[in-house]
Amino acid sequence: MAIPFLRHHKRKQASRSAAGNTVSFLFLTVLGIFMALPIVLSVSNSLKPLEELFVFPPKFLVRNPTFDNFRDLFNLMSESWVPFTRYMFNTVFVTVVGTFGHVMVASMCAFALAKKKFPGAKLIFGIILAALMFSVQVTAIPNYLIMSGLGWLDTYLALVVPAMAKPLGLFLMKQFMEQIPDALLEAARIDGATEFQVFYKIAIPQVVPALLTLIIFCFQDLWNMQGATYIYSEELKTLPYALGQISAAGISRSGVTAAVTVIMMLVPIILFVACQSNIVETMASSGIKD
Amino acid sequence: MDKKTKLVPLLISYGKLRFKQLGTEMKKNRSAYLLIAPYCILFLMFYLIPVCISIGLGFTNFNVLEPPKFVGLQNYIDLFFADDIFLKAVKNTFVFAVITGPVGYFMALFIAWMINDIKNQKLRAFMTLLFYAPTISGQAYIIWKFIFSSDIYGIANGWLMRLGAISQPILYFEDAAYCTPISIIVILWMSMGTGFLSFIAGLQNVDRSLYEAGYMDGVKNRFQELWYITLPAMKEQLMFGAVMTVTSSFAIHDQLAALAGFPSVKYCVHTVVSHLVDYGTVRFEMGYASAIATLLFIVMLGCNKLIQNVLGKVGR
Repeated sequence: MAIPFLRHHKRKQASRSAAGNTVSFLFLTVLGIFMALPIVLSVSNSLKPLEELFVFPPKFLVRNPTFDNFRDLFNLMSESWVPFTRYMFNTVFVTVVGTFGHVMVASMCAFALAKKKFPGAKLIFGIILAALMFSVQVTAIPNYLIMSGLGWLDTYLALVVPAMAKPLGLFLMKQFMEQIPDALLEAARIDGATEFQVFYKIAIPQVVPALLTLIIFCFQDLWNMQGATYIYSEELKTLPYALGQISAAGISRSGVTAAVTVIMMLVPIILFVACQSNIVETMASSGIKD
Repeated sequence: MDKKTKLVPLLISYGKLRFKQLGTEMKKNRSAYLLIAPYCILFLMFYLIPVCISIGLGFTNFNVLEPPKFVGLQNYIDLFFADDIFLKAVKNTFVFAVITGPVGYFMALFIAWMINDIKNQKLRAFMTLLFYAPTISGQAYIIWKFIFSSDIYGIANGWLMRLGAISQPILYFEDAAYCTPISIIVILWMSMGTGFLSFIAGLQNVDRSLYEAGYMDGVKNRFQELWYITLPAMKEQLMFGAVMTVTSSFAIHDQLAALAGFPSVKYCVHTVVSHLVDYGTVRFEMGYASAIATLLFIVMLGCNKLIQNVLGKVGR
């Protein structure tokens, strides 16, 4: 579709003044600071010694930063009956397997629903989209019954497998797959590619930004999952559950709670930065659409 | 009489033909069914069947321990005629959804558009992180409880008192006059979520050559470019963002429960989902909770349909 030699040219900008640029950048910065302040405050609080958390007038930024809260948290964790590393492993395992499985299964289905006109495609997509809107709090009970019927209660399966079928991921991938030019896929079919090859070798590279975005969504979801409904053995419980127990002990643990919040948000943010810079790189090197 | 006897076999043979056509059509698309099978089986087991069971439970009295008893429409009648708190929750939900839904959606789109214009790639990634951080940080919203804490150690009270604006700490989450606006701020703070990220990805996906073509066709300024080129090229993402906004703004509960307590004082930020959680997980009246979920579901579907129609007009 694009004329190849135009692709690497700078995009032509519409007439816009330097003043307009400055205003929009200023606007973004001010709003960005509003968004960031509570996060900065969370980090700052986690570094405050306990007496600084209860001081009048309250200080926004920490005066004497210390890692006491993190040390306390570590001590509390090492006292627990199940070793801390076990919770960590559970969460990492569930998150990685769940994310991988979901991305695979959802993009395969999304590809077929978006790019293959087969009987039932519209109906199936309509049902999946509708299911997105049903309150999850209510389906917890039927889900529990299904898990128990399958004998999956108290196993990793109860956490990982349902996460693979989340409607959100399918919806996202389907929307992006829809934008792939049909001609591209047709060309590959004429060259004798099987349908799975078309999906894997042609379609997937076209939706890398969506794929990375889905990885972020899925990862952060699973990373924060407590999953205590389906799991009762302590050694299968997840990190958010264990950390939640510690900070549930009330006001005397305010410092530790702040440390918990920071630890939980650190990993998804690192992944986010990695994915975002990858999105930018893909864009820069290929110019996604032809 | 004669006509009828002829019509029946005709219909049957027509039906057979259609069925055969469908069969060959399905055979031709065997690879498509193989591709969707893994997802669809899991979806059926863990989403579709539970949703259907829940809708069915809405017509019963079910306390989780004893088997459900069929009560017809009783739950729905009670909801509308015997449950004042539900009506209050409906009102609250609409206030939140009507304000935070559209504002959040357009803010996300507008900010994504502005971020996409930043040329420096590192700065662009940083800005995206800045706006997405509240969503990605798990339960970081709890920090708002510290900001609007009702004692003098909270940021807002502490500073207001030091400035001499107030002499007593304000009990922010016990007074509807403060509770609702603060809740709206927190919800908006968290509204740069899934929709926002899909806009960012969608904007980067727009075929650059469309812009060149647009200028030849007489697009004059940035806003025309946005309306005639950018938005139509990312219709799919706009749709995704809209559905996600509807879903999340009608399902507001978690943040508010963490901040204002559950249930909140005088039910000042009690939403429909709060009500549902109250009946489902606190009182174990699953039938009633399922009826609430079903009603909410119908309203969301209607809202979704409406938005689909509106989005069809983009770029015209």
